[in-house]
Amino acid sequence: MLNRTKHLNPKLFDADVEKKYIRDGFGQGLLFAGEKNRKVVALSADLSDSIRLTQFEERFPERYFEVGVAEQNLATVASGLACYGKIPFMTSFAAFSPGRNWEQIRTTIALNNVPVKMIGSHAGIAVGEDGATHQSLEDIALMRILPNVTVIVPCDYEEAKKAVGEMIEHNKPVYMRFDRSKVPVITTEDSPFKIGKADILWDSSNPVVTIIAIGYLVYNALLCAKELEKEGIQVLVVNNHTVKPMDEELILGVAKRTGAIVTVEDHQIAGGMGSAVAEFLAKTYPVPIEFVGINNKFGQSGSSAELIKHYGLDVESIKKAIVKVIKRNQESY
Amino acid sequence: MIELKKIANEVCKTIIKSLVSAESGHTGGSLGMADIFTAFYFHILKHKPKEPAWPERDRLILSNGHIVPARYSAMAHAGYFSVDELENGLRKFGTIFQGHPDRKFLPSMETTSGPLGCGLGQACGIALGAKMDGKDFYTYCIMSDGEHQEGNLWESVMFAGKYKIDNLIGIIDRNNIQITGRTENVMPLESLRNKYEAFNWNVIEVDGHDFVKFIDAVEMAKISRGKPTVIIAHTIPGKGIKEIENDYKWHGIAPNKEQGERFLLELSSG
Repeated sequence: MLNRTKHLNPKLFDADVEKKYIRDGFGQGLLFAGEKNRKVVALSADLSDSIRLTQFEERFPERYFEVGVAEQNLATVASGLACYGKIPFMTSFAAFSPGRNWEQIRTTIALNNVPVKMIGSHAGIAVGEDGATHQSLEDIALMRILPNVTVIVPCDYEEAKKAVGEMIEHNKPVYMRFDRSKVPVITTEDSPFKIGKADILWDSSNPVVTIIAIGYLVYNALLCAKELEKEGIQVLVVNNHTVKPMDEELILGVAKRTGAIVTVEDHQIAGGMGSAVAEFLAKTYPVPIEFVGINNKFGQSGSSAELIKHYGLDVESIKKAIVKVIKRNQESY
Repeated sequence: MIELKKIANEVCKTIIKSLVSAESGHTGGSLGMADIFTAFYFHILKHKPKEPAWPERDRLILSNGHIVPARYSAMAHAGYFSVDELENGLRKFGTIFQGHPDRKFLPSMETTSGPLGCGLGQACGIALGAKMDGKDFYTYCIMSDGEHQEGNLWESVMFAGKYKIDNLIGIIDRNNIQITGRTENVMPLESLRNKYEAFNWNVIEVDGHDFVKFIDAVEMAKISRGKPTVIIAHTIPGKGIKEIENDYKWHGIAPNKEQGERFLLELSSG
């Protein structure tokens, strides 16, 4: 059942569940952050509308910089602003930042260890119609291998908003990625959010599998948990929003409690959040893991729903992974 | 100015000694920029060697980090750290003198740098931040000529022109060589002047080994308003050692012990 202590959206499973753009949550969060802290500045690479910077630009024109279609310079200028003492938010589509400017991020932000907040929007296969070039399926891998960098993947509008507020207090480089589409609002203003603290959103008395999910797919994980409950299979659902540094205590706890794990993300399986979970559990408490994600493929054009189904990120695919991991777990006894 | 020349000569000797001890490193560009780093640390910069984090200091960003032996050497002679420590510590495990500048080991480097084409964007960000807060220090960015083949650098040139970052002063080490040959053979850069002017920069060309003219050029750049300024400093790689001057093969190698002794002798007699 839904974990009451997390104060989730009471209409979560209604047909008319409220849907919002996660990027709108980012835009709102940035506006509040700008009001709260004068050091906050924003940089756009010609995508201000798409990434919801317009309100910040109108409110704080002197703290807003348009670098043009130049993602490498986006990173280096942001690095300089942070070296000086500002808290810069550099924004683009994840396919281009960190896709285009990874070395600049590595050298001038991660190695320099300056608190640039890197926002990769329109991430994942769910970008849809724009096709494979614009569907960033590698950015979590690119960013989580960099020392000093915190990686956050919010599950909805509310969480993105809170994450912005938290990250301006976090004196480190941060990468936050989210997708393009309007997606169900899972959490509420009262839901907890702390960088590095994962949340169990669905709890059961006798769970046999933990679904560890990130981003908008946390919703599919919850739908799956609800369906399985009817079928007599109890699971846990973890919203693992901070991919790095991961909440190792919680992950170890659920691994011990359920003995089997399914990870869910809109990203290549190689190097993604699931890999991070596996790396950690392999050395602490090895349990069978199934990975729901993009399996060594590039995407194509289509609606989000079509692509999510085709590439196996839908509720049905998560269910299959759960059945499989339970079977593996039984066989190992 | 005679004094600066003398100091620069000592800076060159320290460069040679530290490179010999390191057994690797970039000799040509380091020697070629010894005069300019001396001019900065002994005349131009507003700085406090014993208080490197002084908030009002001018910021000197070294984009082409591989010539850092010249910077370390000028800083050692200016009192940031001991000359002896540098001459024995360059590129050695556990020292602050990393092969390329690393601000984790040595915060007075301002930025960690080396991968080419990145420094100017960082300098833009620093200068912009200072402008927003009404700070009156200058941000200087030293770049190589070869790194003008990087796309990132031109993105930054465009950006500085757009935002009229006039507290930013770029210095190009125009020594005409890069690791595999002459710049104009590897990938022609000329006309650097016309390119910068087209991006709305103020351009000054000067002999990088003439202290009076170089310092004058910086003074001119400082009073220029409404545009960033770039000083194209014509320099001689390997300056001071006749057998390696202008030889691109000396871009990325260090002298051995015997060569080092010969070079030091030449510097002492020059």
